[in-house]
Amino acid sequence: MKFVDEFRDRDLGQGLAAAIAREAKPERLYQFMEFCGGHTHAISRYGVTDLLPANVRMVHGPGCPVCVLPIGRVDLAIDLALGRGVILCSYGDTLRVPASAGRSLLKAKAAGGDVRMVYSAADALRIARDNPQREVVFLAIGFETTTPPTALVIREAHATGVANFSVLCNHVLTPAAIVNILQSPEVRDLGTVPLDGFVGPAHVSSIIGTRPYEFFAEEFRKPVVVAGFEPLDVMQAILMLVRQVNEGRAEVENQFSRVVDRDGNRRAQAIVAEVFELRREFEWRGLGTVPYSALAIRATFAAHDAERRFGLEYRAVPDNKACECGAILRGVKRPVECKLFGGACTPETPMGSCMVSSEGACAAHYSYGRFRDRVPATPVVA
Amino acid sequence: MSATRRPLYQRPLDLKRGCVELAHGAGGRATAQLVEELFVEAFDNQWLRAGNDGASLPMPAGRLVMATDSHVVSPLFFPGGDIGSLAVHGTINDVAMSGGRPLYLAAGFVLEEGFPLADLARIVRSMAAAAKAAGVPIVTGDTKVVERGKGDGVYVTTTGVGVVPPGIELDGAAAREGDAILVSGTMGDHGVAIMSKRENLEFDTEILSDSAALHGLAEALLAACPRTRVLRDPTRGGLATTLNEIARQSGVGMLLDERAVPVKPAVAAACEFLGLDPLYVANEGKLVAIVAEADAEAALAALRGHELGRDAARVGTVVADPDHFVQMTTTLGGCRVVDWLTGDQLPRIC
Repeated sequence: MKFVDEFRDRDLGQGLAAAIAREAKPERLYQFMEFCGGHTHAISRYGVTDLLPANVRMVHGPGCPVCVLPIGRVDLAIDLALGRGVILCSYGDTLRVPASAGRSLLKAKAAGGDVRMVYSAADALRIARDNPQREVVFLAIGFETTTPPTALVIREAHATGVANFSVLCNHVLTPAAIVNILQSPEVRDLGTVPLDGFVGPAHVSSIIGTRPYEFFAEEFRKPVVVAGFEPLDVMQAILMLVRQVNEGRAEVENQFSRVVDRDGNRRAQAIVAEVFELRREFEWRGLGTVPYSALAIRATFAAHDAERRFGLEYRAVPDNKACECGAILRGVKRPVECKLFGGACTPETPMGSCMVSSEGACAAHYSYGRFRDRVPATPVVA
Repeated sequence: MSATRRPLYQRPLDLKRGCVELAHGAGGRATAQLVEELFVEAFDNQWLRAGNDGASLPMPAGRLVMATDSHVVSPLFFPGGDIGSLAVHGTINDVAMSGGRPLYLAAGFVLEEGFPLADLARIVRSMAAAAKAAGVPIVTGDTKVVERGKGDGVYVTTTGVGVVPPGIELDGAAAREGDAILVSGTMGDHGVAIMSKRENLEFDTEILSDSAALHGLAEALLAACPRTRVLRDPTRGGLATTLNEIARQSGVGMLLDERAVPVKPAVAAACEFLGLDPLYVANEGKLVAIVAEADAEAALAALRGHELGRDAARVGTVVADPDHFVQMTTTLGGCRVVDWLTGDQLPRIC
């Protein structure tokens, strides 16, 4: 496949692996967090860690929109589907997120709720147009990448008078989450998670640009390299991070220059600003309540805001006590350190949100990397 | 008594504008008419024409194989096939994967009230053509009708019987360390054809389902390599799921090379933006064969010598592994598990 295979090439990968091994100083440990689930998936799917030296380690970050969606928000969607008889439209991954009392949107669908999987916000708006007698709610989740399309459909529904369409908005912001991790006691004070730098988001940065990372690169003295989602992108970013650490730099660098620039997509930013405003605070699964970390729909578009339209009240629901998703999302624990991992909690029967999406740290490790957990932790060789 | 009684007349089925009615499944004259004018007409063979409740059939010597498969695919018509041809191929392939030579098929139809007879006729004729091309007659069948809204047009269940010639001992538990893993062609064509139709995706060249009857290909392979250990068609759940099944049954592991797995460029591209992995996407005209290392070359040559196996490739090796992992060396050169399919990636694919 042209323009894709080139970024998965074995010879180029080995060249980068050799450069990383050559430049990483054997006497120290390099620990980098890939923020995005897209990177987590690429690293696991292509076995990138097999090509890294033992002293260069990747810590999975919280950048998986499905994983950080708190139970209480899924509960709201389930209540809308079952209690209010709406057509609830959602991206596929979200359907399986475990909610309270063993519920999920998929189970709500089986119980008679009209829950429909869509590929885009525009599909949800089309369903609303096709069913004018029904209330249609789009469960919007995601980081800055998926926010502009949601903004567009809200604006279009408002402009064209699609009165039965509303959005349950759960859009969250990347920079706020990274700052939250850097300020967490484990990273800042206790040193339990020594982070030497970040692989910065790919698609998110195509919208917001690289400028928003400049603040915390400087404030927290952590290098950031924005990277594409292909395995060679990630490996090149790791090499760039190793170099920054070696040279004592903490800068924002852009590996993904074929898509991302410093300012991002201004038109998309303008549409988002027109439709959304900052929430004072928002609960993230794993990170807890993070100030100014999410978006709400502006009053102008209140008619299309499901929270206002249905008078929804948010109730926080704690995770299962044994579930370590919180610590895993902050990079404090690895999936295998959770007692539920691979036993009670598998992709078939996820207990925590990290096991739901293939971008989640637990699901990625379970589905792609679990052979590494056995002793000896080497792949079988034919 | 009048001597001028008119001969019995029944208005023929309106296969252009007519619809399925509840009476078509009631067992009365309307059912008989549907069976005679559509099914018997299309499937045409001596056993159906006999009009008995069941077909009484001659059987050659050998072990009997029996397989059944229900088909609920949506949409009913897709690039490269339809529910009718799929129902014939699906069951023939299940018989063939047991090493059996398929002999006869039975077909059960669940029709929804209001379903256009024109569409039903198209499906039935497609089944007839597929059965004729495969040389496997449909010798008995059944039709039921459910009320409008209680079905989705038409569901088709087919059952097939065949015989396994002596000397052929295929078994999912027979894979051994060191064996070669072969596939007969490109992976994921059927699933992507269905998805592209469902999602209205358009490509420069249309992706066609690979739906095909595999008994000829299997026969060619077994003639060249009668000691073949395992044959299976990687349908729902794709190659990944099929290999995990075999690994568990045989108590072995497998190691694949991602670069060796054949995937059409258009299918790879479609999977890329649909977020699918071709290893998990359904095939309806491909087989997986596990053969001893010493037989690998001969088996591959036999597959490639058949029209349906031109793109056959060796994709990996059976290894010893107490955890029965299917692992794969990725294009990049790293390693990953190729796990069982989780959830339902593509509902109603066959």
